[in-house]
Amino acid sequence: MNLPFPDLTPVIPEIIMSLAAMALLLLDLLLRNKASLAYVGIGAAALTCVLLPASFGETFSGMFVSDAYSLRFKYIFLVNLVLSILISLKYIQRERADHGEYYSLLLFATTGMMFMASASDFIVLYLGLELMALSTYILAGIKRHDIKSNEAAIKYFLLGAFSSAILLYGIALLYGQTATTNIYQIAEQLKLKETSPMVLLSMVLIIVSFSFKIAAAPFHMWAPDVYEGAPTSVTAFMSVGPKAAGFAVIGRVFYTTFQHLQADWTPILIFVAILTMAAGNILAVVQTNIKRMLAYSSIAHAGYMLLGVVAGQQGVSAMITYLYIYAFMNIGAFAVVILLEKGDEISDYEGLSKSHPVVAALMLVFMFSLTGIPPTAGFIGKFNLFMAVVNAGYTWAAVVAVMFSSISAYYYLRVVRNMYMKELPGEAQALSPSPSLGLALAVAVLMVIAMGVVPSMIIG
Amino acid sequence: MSYPILSTVIFLPIAGALLIFLIKRSNETLIKWAALFFSLATFALSLPLFTSFDKTTAAMQFRESYPWIPAWGVNYTMGVDGISVLFVLLSTLLTILCVTVSWTSVKDKTKEFFAALLLIEGSMIGVFCSLDLFLFYIFWEAMLIPMFLLIGVWGGPKRVYAAIKFFLFTLVGSLLMLIGIIVLYFNTGRSFDVLTMMNTNYPYAMQVVLFWAFFAAFAVKVPMFPVHTWLPDAHTEAPTAGSVILAGVLIKMGAYGFLRFSMPILPEATRAMSPVMMALSVIGIIYGAIICLGQTDVKRLIAYSSVSHMGFVTLGIFALNMQGIQGGILQMINHGIVTGAMFLAIGIIYERTHTREIADYGGVATVLPVFAAFFMVFTLASIGLPGTNGFVGEFLILLGGFKANNLAGVFAATGIIIGAGYMLWLYQRVFFLEVNPKIQQHSDMNMREIATLVPLLLLVFWIGFYPNTFLSFMDVSVQNLITRVNTAGQPQVAQQIIEVIQ
Repeated sequence: MNLPFPDLTPVIPEIIMSLAAMALLLLDLLLRNKASLAYVGIGAAALTCVLLPASFGETFSGMFVSDAYSLRFKYIFLVNLVLSILISLKYIQRERADHGEYYSLLLFATTGMMFMASASDFIVLYLGLELMALSTYILAGIKRHDIKSNEAAIKYFLLGAFSSAILLYGIALLYGQTATTNIYQIAEQLKLKETSPMVLLSMVLIIVSFSFKIAAAPFHMWAPDVYEGAPTSVTAFMSVGPKAAGFAVIGRVFYTTFQHLQADWTPILIFVAILTMAAGNILAVVQTNIKRMLAYSSIAHAGYMLLGVVAGQQGVSAMITYLYIYAFMNIGAFAVVILLEKGDEISDYEGLSKSHPVVAALMLVFMFSLTGIPPTAGFIGKFNLFMAVVNAGYTWAAVVAVMFSSISAYYYLRVVRNMYMKELPGEAQALSPSPSLGLALAVAVLMVIAMGVVPSMIIG
Repeated sequence: MSYPILSTVIFLPIAGALLIFLIKRSNETLIKWAALFFSLATFALSLPLFTSFDKTTAAMQFRESYPWIPAWGVNYTMGVDGISVLFVLLSTLLTILCVTVSWTSVKDKTKEFFAALLLIEGSMIGVFCSLDLFLFYIFWEAMLIPMFLLIGVWGGPKRVYAAIKFFLFTLVGSLLMLIGIIVLYFNTGRSFDVLTMMNTNYPYAMQVVLFWAFFAAFAVKVPMFPVHTWLPDAHTEAPTAGSVILAGVLIKMGAYGFLRFSMPILPEATRAMSPVMMALSVIGIIYGAIICLGQTDVKRLIAYSSVSHMGFVTLGIFALNMQGIQGGILQMINHGIVTGAMFLAIGIIYERTHTREIADYGGVATVLPVFAAFFMVFTLASIGLPGTNGFVGEFLILLGGFKANNLAGVFAATGIIIGAGYMLWLYQRVFFLEVNPKIQQHSDMNMREIATLVPLLLLVFWIGFYPNTFLSFMDVSVQNLITRVNTAGQPQVAQQIIEVIQ
């Protein structure tokens, strides 16, 4: 059989990223200063970013597609990667987790996400998913000597493996029905046939497996434990990247393969979304550990975004915008957690405005943005999302969402309350600042405010 | 008037706040003077609104409009008419007094305090000037952040509870309104323009739902019974400046919201719901007044009296006639002046005694005679004695109330009597009787404090003796509003009402 050499233009960004990731592995052996690895990673991400717009097209016999949709997601992945590297630099030294593989794994995970966003074939999708997942499992457990980190990695791995298996099962059923793994071809074939229970089952299985990935209820149980145990910089990375990748797949698959079943999956997704908002928001209220609290909050945010998926193309677009905003505000919040030498408990923030007014002000901005109070970007994101939901005719779901959103105000305010309205319990909190962390914080806070004041940057 | 007045008045305080953030923390004197400078400058620059306002038109004046978010059709549109212009002036005036009264009483985090105050001023004025619902919502919500901090950081002993309660109550209401705004947007051909909405007729069923969505936000802010419970806590625990802003301007935003958005945009629902609203107002009047009788805390008493007084305001507004609405608007200004003054006065005495318990006072008139005289005037104005501003407002509201519904008028008048009861009783317990040893050694008001109260004192008499200066601002606009509310669907009724008025 004579296969033509595929057109590589659409995959150039992914190629660069994988090469950079592998190069980092080798450089790790040569370089003594691990920090320079980080700069190589950032350089690769920047190069990819520049080359992204030129990568339009379809290749590998239609298994891989680079379009406007995947492009928007890839920017989110790269923003996530760069911010995560910046906040990691000093932190992983402090946590004695500065193994050379760290940055390489971040890059591999990001490559996996990029493949997921671009996959138009379930095989590519699965490969991307596993590349991402395996890298993040290791990252979660990279603090080898820390028992909580180990627990996080094992938990993440076991549940992740389950969800992957469920996904494979779903894909296999679809393949059995249509004899193809191409997302678009499956869609065409399914449209012609009468919908069989097998197709519905495979749809449900795919919903379940990606609910795991985006930590949607009732498949969210792993998130708090993993977020708490993993190194904070990895948590920041995980709370945005894999989630965005999961949404990228959901957005593509449900509007192609299962387009004709929209009436069937809409109620399921709305139900899951509401359950997710409820679980995330209500459980976040009682948390005392800020990483757990942010884990539940990220579950809640997944719920809002899932509502966007239901709301048609406009909703999917709003969901992507929301993810973009979420990347900045959430990583910003984690950056503050990292900035404090001891900042894992919500009570560690008591009196922070007195000892470190600027740090407290930064956290204040991120907390209000996560709540969705103008003039921060969080408000624009939510407004955009709810607008799409109302426009799609689910006004009641939007009302439910805003009610849960007001619950969220309570737990975000608790952090603000501790910072501004409590006295300093003892000595001032120790900070561990570094130029890169400062840069990440500055970028995050500027973007959160700028996108809130000049929403035209990201809307339209 | 070569400058865009409204934008200047909104963004000058905000710029001032940002500038204050840059001043060194230790340089408190400079911070205070900067805050005073910016509040005075804002007031001075807002004065053309008073002098150059065209009272013969109901159209929006001092308009500014620039595209902001083209993808959503959001414009930065500003403008004032007879309904909103006085609130802008009230905000700029009260902010100055808040700065002066906090001069020595705020000792902790001075920088953040004055910055928060100026941020609140900017966003409050933004609320009153926005003619784009999206823009309005931004200001409406943005103000929560500095207000939350103002109560929670510089407030009294239970400040954290009060601040969070205030924030959550307001947020829940606002978010429901947000969904209402989005629904309106899609039914106005994807536009947030308030003036377009005022000329669009929406289906009745939708109007009713939207009316309650907007009610959720506005009634919490006013606050109307039964969503008033955040107010006593917030007013009581807030620092003096916070209470003044809350009572003086912030709670007016709710009633203003009814006037600017609910009524002209949803006229048929407003007509249909006005009996419910009047009933809630009357309950608020009586309930607030009776609760006042049982209070032992001066600030809490004044706070509950706000519930009662704002009941008058909403009663007047939902009477849906000329006297009622004019009275309602004027009474909002009056309440801002009088209750603002009372909170200022309580702040002044609290700075000396550090107690808010009525039982800790007594005989203040002997020790601080000048203070007592000032407080007497404001007490009488609060009761509504002829010659003071309270009389004019309450009289107009009663007139409007009786016209709309006799029973409502009777109950409201009863509220005035109870009001006289609790205010005079408060005055007696605090200022007369035996001199309480706890207040023996305190000095009377100094020049700064007198200067803080004098402008409000003058306004009490100015409105009391010649209310027309202020009523004339709103004549045409209110007329226009009433026509809009009453003609949508029922032209003949409007005709009759207009005849009655003339």
